[in-house]
Amino acid sequence: MLPTQVLFLSAVIFVVGTLGVIVRRNAIIMFLCIELQLNAVNMAFVALSRYVGIEGQLFVFFVMTVAAAEAAVGLAIIISIFRHYESVITDDFSFLRW
Amino acid sequence: MDSLIYFVLASVTVGGALGVVFGRSPIASLLFMIASLGSTAGIYVMLEAHFLAAIQIIVYAGAIMVLFLFVIMLLNLGHDYKRDIRGGLAILFAFGVTGGIGGLLASRVMPEGTLLLNSYPTGVSIDTEIAEKGIIGVIAEPLFNEYIVAFEFTGVLLFVAIVGALALAKRSD
Repeated sequence: MLPTQVLFLSAVIFVVGTLGVIVRRNAIIMFLCIELQLNAVNMAFVALSRYVGIEGQLFVFFVMTVAAAEAAVGLAIIISIFRHYESVITDDFSFLRW
Repeated sequence: MDSLIYFVLASVTVGGALGVVFGRSPIASLLFMIASLGSTAGIYVMLEAHFLAAIQIIVYAGAIMVLFLFVIMLLNLGHDYKRDIRGGLAILFAFGVTGGIGGLLASRVMPEGTLLLNSYPTGVSIDTEIAEKGIIGVIAEPLFNEYIVAFEFTGVLLFVAIVGALALAKRSD
Protein backbone atom coordinates (compact mmCIF):
# COMPACT_ATOMS: atom_id res chain seq x y z
CA MET A 1 0.00 0.00 0.00
CA LEU A 2 2.88 2.35 0.78
CA PRO A 3 4.16 2.84 -2.82
CA THR A 4 0.78 4.21 -3.89
CA GLN A 5 0.79 6.71 -1.05
CA VAL A 6 4.33 7.74 -1.99
CA LEU A 7 3.23 8.20 -5.62
CA PHE A 8 0.50 10.55 -4.43
CA LEU A 9 3.00 12.41 -2.26
CA SER A 10 5.33 12.67 -5.24
CA ALA A 11 2.52 14.14 -7.36
CA VAL A 12 1.80 16.72 -4.63
CA ILE A 13 5.48 17.73 -4.35
CA PHE A 14 5.78 18.02 -8.13
CA VAL A 15 2.73 20.27 -8.27
CA VAL A 16 4.05 22.47 -5.45
CA GLY A 17 7.37 22.75 -7.30
CA THR A 18 5.61 23.77 -10.51
CA LEU A 19 3.62 26.37 -8.58
CA GLY A 20 6.83 27.80 -7.18
CA VAL A 21 8.52 28.05 -10.58
CA ILE A 22 5.54 29.98 -11.98
CA VAL A 23 4.76 32.15 -8.97
CA ARG A 24 8.15 33.29 -7.66
CA ARG A 25 10.32 35.95 -9.26
CA ASN A 26 13.55 35.23 -7.38
CA ALA A 27 15.77 33.17 -9.69
CA ILE A 28 17.39 31.23 -6.83
CA ILE A 29 13.99 30.20 -5.42
CA MET A 30 12.94 29.15 -8.92
CA PHE A 31 16.01 26.89 -9.03
CA LEU A 32 15.10 25.47 -5.61
CA CYS A 33 11.61 24.69 -6.93
CA ILE A 34 13.11 22.87 -9.93
CA GLU A 35 15.10 20.81 -7.42
CA LEU A 36 11.78 20.07 -5.68
CA GLN A 37 10.36 18.76 -8.95
CA LEU A 38 13.42 16.56 -9.51
CA ASN A 39 13.07 15.30 -5.96
CA ALA A 40 9.43 14.40 -6.59
CA VAL A 41 10.42 12.39 -9.65
CA ASN A 42 13.11 10.64 -7.59
CA MET A 43 10.46 9.71 -5.03
CA ALA A 44 8.26 8.20 -7.73
CA PHE A 45 11.25 6.24 -9.08
CA VAL A 46 12.05 4.79 -5.65
CA ALA A 47 8.40 3.95 -4.96
CA LEU A 48 8.04 2.10 -8.27
CA SER A 49 11.39 0.33 -8.00
CA ARG A 50 9.91 -2.16 -5.52
CA TYR A 51 7.44 -3.20 -8.19
CA VAL A 52 9.36 -2.95 -11.42
CA GLY A 53 12.99 -3.63 -10.49
CA ILE A 54 16.16 -2.14 -9.08
CA GLU A 55 16.65 0.09 -12.16
CA GLY A 56 14.37 2.67 -10.55
CA GLN A 57 16.87 3.23 -7.75
CA LEU A 58 19.66 3.31 -10.32
CA PHE A 59 18.07 6.11 -12.30
CA VAL A 60 17.79 8.18 -9.12
CA PHE A 61 21.59 8.36 -9.18
CA PHE A 62 21.57 9.76 -12.68
CA VAL A 63 18.84 12.26 -11.78
CA MET A 64 20.88 13.41 -8.77
CA THR A 65 23.99 13.83 -10.94
CA VAL A 66 22.10 15.87 -13.51
CA ALA A 67 20.61 17.93 -10.66
CA ALA A 68 24.09 18.66 -9.32
CA ALA A 69 25.37 19.67 -12.77
CA GLU A 70 22.31 21.83 -13.38
CA ALA A 71 22.69 23.55 -10.00
CA ALA A 72 26.36 24.31 -10.65
CA VAL A 73 25.79 25.81 -14.12
CA GLY A 74 22.57 27.60 -13.12
CA LEU A 75 24.10 29.21 -10.06
CA ALA A 76 27.09 30.30 -12.14
CA ILE A 77 24.67 31.97 -14.57
CA ILE A 78 22.89 33.66 -11.65
CA ILE A 79 26.21 34.95 -10.28
CA SER A 80 27.20 36.37 -13.63
CA ILE A 81 23.75 37.98 -14.05
CA PHE A 82 24.06 39.50 -10.57
CA ARG A 83 27.39 41.09 -11.55
CA HIS A 84 25.72 43.00 -14.38
CA TYR A 85 22.28 43.83 -12.95
CA GLU A 86 22.78 43.73 -9.14
CA SER A 87 19.60 41.67 -8.89
CA VAL A 88 18.33 38.10 -9.06
CA ILE A 89 14.68 39.09 -9.61
CA THR A 90 13.67 37.86 -13.06
CA ASP A 91 11.73 41.04 -13.88
CA ASP A 92 14.92 43.10 -13.78
CA PHE A 93 16.58 41.41 -16.74
CA SER A 94 15.16 40.02 -19.94
CA PHE A 95 18.00 38.77 -22.12
CA LEU A 96 17.27 35.11 -21.28
CA ARG A 97 13.70 35.39 -22.59
CA TRP A 98 12.64 34.85 -26.14
CA MET B 1 2.82 2.57 13.49
CA ASP B 2 4.29 2.58 10.00
CA SER B 3 1.48 4.69 8.63
CA LEU B 4 1.86 7.14 11.52
CA ILE B 5 5.58 7.57 10.75
CA TYR B 6 4.75 7.91 7.06
CA PHE B 7 2.11 10.54 7.84
CA VAL B 8 4.57 12.61 9.86
CA LEU B 9 7.29 12.35 7.18
CA ALA B 10 4.85 13.19 4.38
CA SER B 11 3.52 16.24 6.23
CA VAL B 12 7.05 17.51 6.83
CA THR B 13 7.85 16.95 3.14
CA VAL B 14 4.77 18.80 1.89
CA GLY B 15 5.10 21.53 4.53
CA GLY B 16 8.75 22.02 3.61
CA ALA B 17 7.85 22.26 -0.08
CA LEU B 18 5.18 24.87 0.65
CA GLY B 19 7.71 26.70 2.82
CA VAL B 20 10.12 26.80 -0.12
CA VAL B 21 7.49 28.36 -2.36
CA PHE B 22 6.09 30.86 0.15
CA GLY B 23 9.14 31.49 2.32
CA ARG B 24 10.05 35.14 2.79
CA SER B 25 13.82 35.16 2.64
CA PRO B 26 15.92 32.87 0.41
CA ILE B 27 17.67 31.46 3.48
CA ALA B 28 14.32 30.42 5.02
CA SER B 29 13.31 28.78 1.73
CA LEU B 30 16.60 26.90 1.67
CA LEU B 31 16.17 25.61 5.23
CA PHE B 32 12.61 24.49 4.42
CA MET B 33 14.04 22.69 1.39
CA ILE B 34 16.57 20.87 3.58
CA ALA B 35 13.75 19.78 5.92
CA SER B 36 11.79 18.51 2.94
CA LEU B 37 14.78 16.60 1.55
CA GLY B 38 15.53 15.09 4.95
CA SER B 39 12.06 13.71 5.44
CA THR B 40 12.17 12.42 1.85
CA ALA B 41 15.22 10.43 2.95
CA GLY B 42 13.07 9.01 5.77
CA ILE B 43 10.50 7.92 3.22
CA TYR B 44 13.28 6.24 1.20
CA VAL B 45 14.20 4.27 4.33
CA MET B 46 10.57 3.14 4.65
CA LEU B 47 10.72 1.99 1.00
CA GLU B 48 13.80 -0.19 1.76
CA ALA B 49 16.13 2.10 -0.22
CA HIS B 50 18.60 2.72 2.59
CA PHE B 51 21.57 3.56 0.38
CA LEU B 52 19.61 6.18 -1.53
CA ALA B 53 18.49 7.67 1.78
CA ALA B 54 22.13 8.11 2.80
CA ILE B 55 23.02 9.55 -0.62
CA GLN B 56 20.05 11.90 -0.38
CA ILE B 57 21.30 13.32 2.92
CA ILE B 58 24.98 13.49 1.94
CA VAL B 59 24.76 14.67 -1.68
CA TYR B 60 21.45 16.52 -1.90
CA ALA B 61 21.00 18.08 1.52
CA GLY B 62 24.73 18.20 2.21
CA ALA B 63 26.37 19.27 -1.03
CA ILE B 64 23.85 20.77 -3.45
CA MET B 65 21.98 22.76 -0.82
CA VAL B 66 25.27 24.09 0.60
CA LEU B 67 26.12 25.22 -2.95
CA PHE B 68 22.86 27.19 -2.97
CA LEU B 69 23.66 28.56 0.49
CA PHE B 70 27.10 29.70 -0.69
CA VAL B 71 25.57 31.56 -3.62
CA ILE B 72 22.89 33.20 -1.44
CA MET B 73 25.53 34.38 1.02
CA LEU B 74 27.94 35.40 -1.75
CA LEU B 75 25.29 37.60 -3.36
CA ASN B 76 24.27 38.88 0.11
CA LEU B 77 20.58 38.05 -0.34
CA GLY B 78 20.07 36.88 3.24
CA HIS B 79 18.25 40.03 4.39
CA ASP B 80 16.47 40.85 1.16
CA TYR B 81 12.86 40.64 2.30
CA LYS B 82 11.36 42.20 -0.80
CA ARG B 83 8.18 40.33 -1.65
CA ASP B 84 8.59 38.68 -5.02
CA ILE B 85 5.51 36.46 -5.35
CA ARG B 86 3.58 37.31 -8.50
CA GLY B 87 -0.04 38.38 -8.13
CA GLY B 88 -3.19 38.70 -10.18
CA LEU B 89 -3.34 36.88 -13.48
CA ALA B 90 -0.11 34.95 -12.89
CA ILE B 91 -1.62 33.37 -9.75
CA LEU B 92 -4.68 32.25 -11.72
CA PHE B 93 -2.45 30.89 -14.48
CA ALA B 94 -0.28 29.09 -11.92
CA PHE B 95 -3.23 27.45 -10.20
CA GLY B 96 -4.69 26.45 -13.57
CA VAL B 97 -1.47 24.81 -14.71
CA THR B 98 -0.75 23.10 -11.39
CA GLY B 99 -4.35 21.94 -11.07
CA GLY B 100 -4.16 20.41 -14.54
CA ILE B 101 -0.86 18.65 -13.80
CA GLY B 102 -2.08 17.49 -10.38
CA GLY B 103 -5.32 16.11 -11.78
CA LEU B 104 -3.47 14.32 -14.56
CA LEU B 105 -0.95 12.75 -12.14
CA ALA B 106 -3.67 11.71 -9.69
CA SER B 107 -5.69 10.10 -12.48
CA ARG B 108 -2.55 8.20 -13.59
CA VAL B 109 -1.90 6.88 -10.08
CA MET B 110 -5.50 5.82 -9.50
CA PRO B 111 -7.51 5.52 -12.74
CA GLU B 112 -11.25 5.00 -12.18
CA GLY B 113 -10.92 4.37 -8.47
CA THR B 114 -8.77 1.26 -8.84
CA LEU B 115 -5.11 1.19 -8.00
CA LEU B 116 -2.87 0.94 -11.04
CA LEU B 117 -0.24 -0.85 -8.98
CA ASN B 118 -2.57 -3.76 -8.14
CA SER B 119 -1.81 -5.30 -11.52
CA TYR B 120 1.92 -5.47 -10.72
CA PRO B 121 3.56 -8.13 -8.54
CA THR B 122 4.52 -7.05 -5.04
CA GLY B 123 8.07 -6.13 -4.07
CA VAL B 124 9.08 -9.63 -2.98
CA SER B 125 11.61 -10.38 -5.71
CA ILE B 126 13.60 -7.18 -5.17
CA ASP B 127 13.51 -7.75 -1.40
CA THR B 128 15.08 -11.22 -1.73
CA GLU B 129 17.68 -9.79 -4.09
CA ILE B 130 18.52 -7.09 -1.54
CA ALA B 131 18.78 -9.68 1.23
CA GLU B 132 21.12 -11.73 -0.97
CA LYS B 133 23.55 -9.09 -2.24
CA GLY B 134 23.05 -6.20 0.18
CA ILE B 135 21.57 -2.85 -0.79
CA ILE B 136 24.80 -1.42 -2.23
CA GLY B 137 25.66 -4.55 -4.21
CA VAL B 138 22.24 -4.76 -5.76
CA ILE B 139 22.58 -1.19 -7.07
CA ALA B 140 26.26 -1.37 -7.98
CA GLU B 141 26.06 -4.52 -10.09
CA PRO B 142 23.83 -3.17 -12.89
CA LEU B 143 25.49 0.25 -12.56
CA PHE B 144 28.90 -1.15 -13.51
CA ASN B 145 27.65 -3.70 -16.04
CA GLU B 146 24.65 -2.75 -18.15
CA TYR B 147 24.77 0.97 -17.43
CA ILE B 148 28.53 1.49 -17.56
CA VAL B 149 28.30 3.73 -20.65
CA ALA B 150 25.71 5.95 -19.01
CA PHE B 151 27.83 6.01 -15.86
CA GLU B 152 30.92 7.15 -17.74
CA PHE B 153 28.93 9.79 -19.61
CA THR B 154 27.69 11.04 -16.24
CA GLY B 155 31.31 11.65 -15.30
CA VAL B 156 31.82 13.58 -18.55
CA LEU B 157 28.66 15.59 -17.81
CA LEU B 158 29.92 16.57 -14.37
CA PHE B 159 33.30 17.57 -15.79
CA VAL B 160 31.69 19.71 -18.50
CA ALA B 161 29.38 21.28 -15.90
CA ILE B 162 32.31 22.22 -13.66
CA VAL B 163 34.27 23.73 -16.56
CA GLY B 164 31.16 25.57 -17.75
CA ALA B 165 30.42 26.91 -14.27
CA LEU B 166 33.99 28.17 -13.95
CA ALA B 167 33.86 29.81 -17.38
CA LEU B 168 30.52 31.47 -16.60
CA ALA B 169 31.33 32.73 -13.12
CA LYS B 170 34.81 33.98 -14.00
CA ARG B 171 35.21 37.74 -14.32
CA SER B 172 35.68 38.47 -18.00
CA ASP B 173 37.68 41.68 -17.58
